[in-house]
Amino acid sequence: MLEVTGVTKRFGGLTAVAEASLEARSGEITALIGPNGAGKTTLFGIVAGFIPADRGSVRFAGEEIRGVPPHRLARRGLVRTFQIVQPFAGLSVRENIAVGCQLRQASRSAALAEAEDVARRVGMAELIDRPVGALTIAGRKRLELARALATRPRLLLLDEVMAGLNPREIAEMVPLIRAIRDSGVTLLLTEHVMQAVMSLAERVYVLNDGRIIAEGRPAEIVTDARVIEAYLGHGAAERLRGRLAFGAARA
Amino acid sequence: MKTPGLLAAAVVLALAPLPLLVHSDFWLHFAIMTLYFGLLGQAWNLLGGYGGQRSFGHAAFFGTGAYATAVLQLDLGVNPWICLVLAGIFGAAVGALVGALSFRYGLRGSYFALVTLAFAEVFRIVADSVPFTGAGVGLQIPLRQAAANFQFHEKAGFYAVILALTAIATALAWWIEHSRFGADLVAVRENEDAARALGIDVNRTKLWAMVLSGGLSGFAGSFYTQYFLYLDPRIAYGVEVSVTALLVPLIGGLGTVLGPLMGAVTLRGLNEVSGIVTGGAPGLNLMLYGALLIVILAFLPEGLVGLGPRLRRARLAGRFRHA
Repeated sequence: MLEVTGVTKRFGGLTAVAEASLEARSGEITALIGPNGAGKTTLFGIVAGFIPADRGSVRFAGEEIRGVPPHRLARRGLVRTFQIVQPFAGLSVRENIAVGCQLRQASRSAALAEAEDVARRVGMAELIDRPVGALTIAGRKRLELARALATRPRLLLLDEVMAGLNPREIAEMVPLIRAIRDSGVTLLLTEHVMQAVMSLAERVYVLNDGRIIAEGRPAEIVTDARVIEAYLGHGAAERLRGRLAFGAARA
Repeated sequence: MKTPGLLAAAVVLALAPLPLLVHSDFWLHFAIMTLYFGLLGQAWNLLGGYGGQRSFGHAAFFGTGAYATAVLQLDLGVNPWICLVLAGIFGAAVGALVGALSFRYGLRGSYFALVTLAFAEVFRIVADSVPFTGAGVGLQIPLRQAAANFQFHEKAGFYAVILALTAIATALAWWIEHSRFGADLVAVRENEDAARALGIDVNRTKLWAMVLSGGLSGFAGSFYTQYFLYLDPRIAYGVEVSVTALLVPLIGGLGTVLGPLMGAVTLRGLNEVSGIVTGGAPGLNLMLYGALLIVILAFLPEGLVGLGPRLRRARLAGRFRHA
């Protein structure tokens, strides 16, 4: 569905993304993880057409999409959400979602009606006529998801939809994302909440300092020495292994 | 959601027979100028109120419509009614030009406001120096009162024309509130990045708002020319038109169908009062406008249309307190 090959992006002297390649397979959930400042959001921005890449190729459904503006990508079925939620602040939940629905609906009234179905799908039916300002963080995250879903995407890019949620809210969000996958939408997500990544993703890419340093199934990734070092610092894998061995010996 | 539209239609219908009831030229002039302010304010409102693109240079569109009307009939003998249509097209074209240039370079907020102001000022300076605008002397349109000539012996004729134009502008605002285009425009106002992510062509949406707004301003300029029959660069491209265009909806209520009409009534009323109080000293009306603006921004940030809901809330709160 999505193939990113050798994408590089520099901001002045800082290389935010270097030769990054990844693939999101049709019907799967692919996760992109990495420590703060690794370049996840930049790479997301590049894929979604918000940030121009310096080099490399981004292919969506077999076609090169590098340089295609975001609104065209949305029409083709590639839609992103934002890590920092970007609601239409002065509008109600229904009106917010309807903006997404309008992409596939001919009339305004049909879009407003469809907004209700979408709200029900993400569990926001009771909140539909609330002003966005009255929503909690969890509510706004859901709205972000609902609006993107309303455009009927084929590939949905979720940028940290769990960030700022409490454990109970995360537990509610996980089945929701799985249900979206089951409805036939391919997902690429960045996430800090490892518990969510472990239970959701079929395939994980780890980005550190702008480079993909590891890829594989979630269970493989958590034992990868390079990944542990990226998160915990140089030598951490060695120490951790020592402690595990020590623990095993004591047992 | 349907009420403002119905209310607007009712207002227009109720206003239509006014000349039959009011024979005083003073009051008809007041009604004409109020509607003219309403047209100019609604033009600005479509772009600034619904689209969030706050222009400080609507004189650029207004003045172009005004000069199109004057120059085309004086130099080429075009019928003023055709000039009215052309003024709308010219205003829209200038709107498209200014929009294409500023949106292409991503100008927003105060940068956009400054660029529109700069365009209006450049047009004023150009109009001041080229011969076909009459430069600083201005253009006088010869008096030939005939309906076919878009000059009326009775003020009622002008009243009918400006009522129709303002009704069109109000209908456009109503359409914006109910159409996909309007929803796109509001989404762009609220959050450009989110709008873009959801498939809205942000620049195209803003550009169309510029075209509509510029077109309506062009009509206003054309009407002004035919009503006063005189034009100079300061009238056409001066700051006063730009300020009026933005004050009317700001005071009445941004992004609402009826706001500009309410703002127009208030400003025109204030204008008349200031004329009486200050003996028509030039510029003092602007001081009063400023004072009113401060009061509105401090106590009624949604504009005068926010007054109704606010009073209702206050009354409800009062009832709870007594209960």
